[in-house]
Amino acid sequence: MNALLELLLRSVFLDNLALSFFLGMCTFLAVSKRVDTAFGVGLAMMFVQTVTVPVNNLIYTWLLAPGALDWAGLGDLDLSFLRLIAFIGVIAAMVQVLEMTLEFHVPKLHRAMGIFLPLITVNCAILGGSLFMVERSYSFTESVVFGFGSGLGWALAIVMFAAIRERLKYADIPDGLQGLGMNFIIAGIMSLGFLAFAGMG
Amino acid sequence: MQDSKWRILTRPLIDDNPLTLQILGICSALAVTTSLDTALLMSFVVVCVLAIGSGSVSLIRNHLPHSVRIIVQITIIASLVIVVDQVLQAYAFELSKRLSVFVGLIITNCIVLGRAEGYAMHNGFVASTLDGIGNGLGYSLILIIVGAIREFFGKGSLLNVQILIPTSQGGSFEPLHLMLLPPSAFFIIGGIIWVIRRKRLQQVEKPEFTLRQMQEEAE
Repeated sequence: MNALLELLLRSVFLDNLALSFFLGMCTFLAVSKRVDTAFGVGLAMMFVQTVTVPVNNLIYTWLLAPGALDWAGLGDLDLSFLRLIAFIGVIAAMVQVLEMTLEFHVPKLHRAMGIFLPLITVNCAILGGSLFMVERSYSFTESVVFGFGSGLGWALAIVMFAAIRERLKYADIPDGLQGLGMNFIIAGIMSLGFLAFAGMG
Repeated sequence: MQDSKWRILTRPLIDDNPLTLQILGICSALAVTTSLDTALLMSFVVVCVLAIGSGSVSLIRNHLPHSVRIIVQITIIASLVIVVDQVLQAYAFELSKRLSVFVGLIITNCIVLGRAEGYAMHNGFVASTLDGIGNGLGYSLILIIVGAIREFFGKGSLLNVQILIPTSQGGSFEPLHLMLLPPSAFFIIGGIIWVIRRKRLQQVEKPEFTLRQMQEEAE
């Protein structure tokens, strides 16, 4: 139990997908003008990440990993090179299913996430989460925790970033830094702040 | 209006740079730049994938139903990336380990999909390939600058050749460890954007709100 809690905290703060691995940066910079849209996209991200990482974990361990097809009598088959294309397919399909289910059962949540749900298919943080899961060989339970934690960390980062940007709207910024340049520097300072968690490890 | 071939190739270098102006492909640009050799390898890989990807999307653009285009584009890109990933693991295993998941992430790198969707779907094979190479080079330019700065100030070396001798080995150079950590990449790219926009004033974004005092002065 303790190990799982540690993994959760680690994936939210220390190994924050946005600020220490730079994943999902395009979305991070593009849809963080207002706190409420940032909240919507953060929520969608958390949701998709919690679902896709465990599903990809199952697919990898039972179909793609070296020797995984033992149950079908094909033990010497190594399909792990197919993982990129399999993961992206799973992600696209899961997002589609998720969108339809939410629209039908929880329309309120669906409206909050808005158009961000389909956009998230091509977000590198989602694919990155699944690839990290393979690289660090998480078990199924660990992958559930990791999926949730990394999604939460990303959501936390984008909401904070949007809040800072809202405050900076009225600031007098040098011409060349206006907009994108300033955003990079804000993200840098935030990432510096998250580095402080490294000391807690 | 058709741009000249040379223009298609060189415009994305500074005037329409994918990283500093189009906000495409930032994720991988920041993560692989702790040293110059990984930055170079990543640049090379991205240029190849972009050129071949844009070229092949452009070849089939007239046979592609509108509704399934994204999934076809992703499949083409994913297949290319798998090939690249396998080649790297075979011939440059050490480096590919250090690039870790970021080779795979080229699939979701918005540069590749962005150029395929935004340019290759409407233009011929040669123009699209050149556009792919140009955007790849624009991306590489930033990557190499950031990689060089981070490795030089972080370790005192370039391409693993020691140039400044660190204090721990009796030299006079104190390595800046911050350069090897994630935040420095943000600061350096922010700085590069500032420099480019000082020179290319048309790229400057208009502030959403201006101070009243400034407006009155302008009038």
